[in-house]
Amino acid sequence: MNFWHFLQLNWPELLLLIRQHVELVFIAILVAVVIGVPTGILLTRYRALRGPILGIANVMQTIPSLALFGFLIPISFMGVGTRTALVALVVYSLLPIIRNTVTGILGVEPSVREAAVAMGMTDGQVLRQVELPLAMGVIVTGIRVATVIAVGVTTIAAAVGAGGLGVYIFRGLRQYDNNLLLAGAVSAALLALAADFSLGLVERRFTSSAPQTGARWSIGRLLVLAIAVVLIFEGGFALWRSARDNSGKTSHITVGSKDFTESILLAEIVVQMLEARGIAVERRFELGGNLPHDALITGTLDLYPEYTGTSYAAILHHPPISDPRAVYTQVKQEYAEKFKVDVSQPLGFENTFAILVRGDDARKLNLKTISDAAAPAARWRAGFGQDFMSRADGYPGFSKTYGLKFAEVREMDLSLTYIALSSRQVDLIAGNSTEGRIATLDLFQLADDRRYFPPYEAVYLVRQDSLTRVPALSEVLSKLANAISTDEMRRLNYEIDGNKRDPKEVVKEWLAKRGL
Amino acid sequence: MQSPLVQFHNVSFSLPNVTILHDLDLTVEQGETLVLLGESGCGKTTTLKLVNRLLTPSTGEVQVEGKATTAWDPIELRRRIGYVIQEGGLFPHFTIARNVGLVPALSGWDRQRTSDRVRELLNLVGLDPDRFSERYPRELSGGQRQRVGVARALAADPPLLLLDEPFGALDPLTRASLQHEFAGLATRLKKSAILVTHDVREALILGQRIGLMHKGHLELLETPERFLSSDNPHARAYLDTLDVNGGAR
Repeated sequence: MNFWHFLQLNWPELLLLIRQHVELVFIAILVAVVIGVPTGILLTRYRALRGPILGIANVMQTIPSLALFGFLIPISFMGVGTRTALVALVVYSLLPIIRNTVTGILGVEPSVREAAVAMGMTDGQVLRQVELPLAMGVIVTGIRVATVIAVGVTTIAAAVGAGGLGVYIFRGLRQYDNNLLLAGAVSAALLALAADFSLGLVERRFTSSAPQTGARWSIGRLLVLAIAVVLIFEGGFALWRSARDNSGKTSHITVGSKDFTESILLAEIVVQMLEARGIAVERRFELGGNLPHDALITGTLDLYPEYTGTSYAAILHHPPISDPRAVYTQVKQEYAEKFKVDVSQPLGFENTFAILVRGDDARKLNLKTISDAAAPAARWRAGFGQDFMSRADGYPGFSKTYGLKFAEVREMDLSLTYIALSSRQVDLIAGNSTEGRIATLDLFQLADDRRYFPPYEAVYLVRQDSLTRVPALSEVLSKLANAISTDEMRRLNYEIDGNKRDPKEVVKEWLAKRGL
Repeated sequence: MQSPLVQFHNVSFSLPNVTILHDLDLTVEQGETLVLLGESGCGKTTTLKLVNRLLTPSTGEVQVEGKATTAWDPIELRRRIGYVIQEGGLFPHFTIARNVGLVPALSGWDRQRTSDRVRELLNLVGLDPDRFSERYPRELSGGQRQRVGVARALAADPPLLLLDEPFGALDPLTRASLQHEFAGLATRLKKSAILVTHDVREALILGQRIGLMHKGHLELLETPERFLSSDNPHARAYLDTLDVNGGAR
């Protein structure tokens, strides 16, 4: 599919992401200005505060954005979504705004300030009538810098489920799809340029050597203009939305997914089945890390697909065991007690960590099991996703159990490891057993002969109160029990990752074929 | 109103490491123009700023209209005192009309009264209101800006003007004509004024009395006539510059 064709197919979604992106940036900058400018003014009045506060703002600026999102997520009232993203964006935007407000005001010529005081202006009048107007050019420069930074940082917001163009960028990385990457990255870059250019125009109005006598810009007028633009955009969008929405649906369900193809597919299956029963469903897909769990507990989500082994080890912190029945029973019981969350019947397949090597290596060295790989591992480079490196049932226990010592271990994005393996950048990876590309890239899965990995049966986790509220949920989930085999899941994954098809279409087709 | 307009009683002013003014006693009468003459750093500008409470004395007391500056509300005090500095200290983002009408606007005059007053003042300082009102300071010459500065100081009709080297940055011809006009204006409007300068010619033209300052002390306080015949060595040094240059510095 070429890029133009891609745009023709996806422009409504792209537009939605751009709108989310612009909204996030706009609100964040608005809040940052409301906090930052008064703080800057305060610092010009209380010299002693200047060092410490600018220092704090400086340090906040240097926190990598993903780390900052990470700090914010566990705070209970933040959780996943727009709020967390906004807080992080505001934190990033503060420094340039505070610093330029201070610089701008302190840069007002002393004789002008003295004249203002000597004319009998109060401190407030000096500030409003003299210092702020004269500092406005420098302050707008700060806002401009903050806005451009925010447009960039907002792409990371997709990792916490706040939407924006990062959704395309992350999805593109995961699916190795250049069209998605291009659409996300180019749009973000254009947004940054547009923001830079238009705020540059505003800045020129304030700093031009001869102000026009006609229409002059004030902060108030600018703000009104900016809000008007956003409102018009919002209004237009709402109209467009309502035109396509078939309203009149009563019950409402929010379905989440993790940030990989299979999870999105499983979530989409439930969404379409619910929609077919006349229930309004909101999608909150592609949430990273433990976000879906946190969101389910707080009630932001009603349901998301999960794997029993993940719940057992990563959420409930039990040491890995290998009996699927025991894991399932334990998880179901503890989730009901601790979280008031119900665990659905298993869907019929497992998605465990698949230790993969290239097919030709496996044939040449006659490798069948992970134990067989212990000898060649000393010459090998391994590539593992961040998830595998850090989780309880991941790399540390794995390498100990099998006595594996690699020449080098690289931590990289999970979706990139498959390509890295087939292109001989690395020699062994830990992928997903249902990954569609295992067959197409001629990769070989080594058997887990020591049964290190706990069973990862796919299930849906659903809040008990949601089941009561929407009875159709129970019916849908019971229909999906044992409905998907491992091979079928691999094929569905490949339709999306390999053939670059839209998950919605793939799911629709599959549901029709299965008569669900 | 028999009391002196401004009185300094034993005023000293110090910064943490250095004393700038020593034990100053000084009186400015109603309607008088007093010139403070001295080198850079002699304390003359500090003296000026003590009057409108941009600074307050370390010891002693400055009285305006019989009341200590520290007892005045600083805002009210400053609105009763016109202030002119080099280059006028105009606000670059205000039009000429808004600059001149600043103190009336701050004092809550209505729009019509303010704009009438602005026109009157621009005429008074020799600027055509129709041509200049809507311009910005940077579109004016140095001399024109200085006239605007004087107009702004006069706007609310204050009894006292403070001028800090108001004509210092101008070319000699413009300076001479402005000095002349100001002398006429001050007499006609019966304003009191304290003017700070390092130009002895200016002091002789404008001052009814001349105070010679040196390193924070008031060395001499005389009328121009008696200043000319003084045998104070610093006064003589100033007067010698007139002789050598034939009166045109």
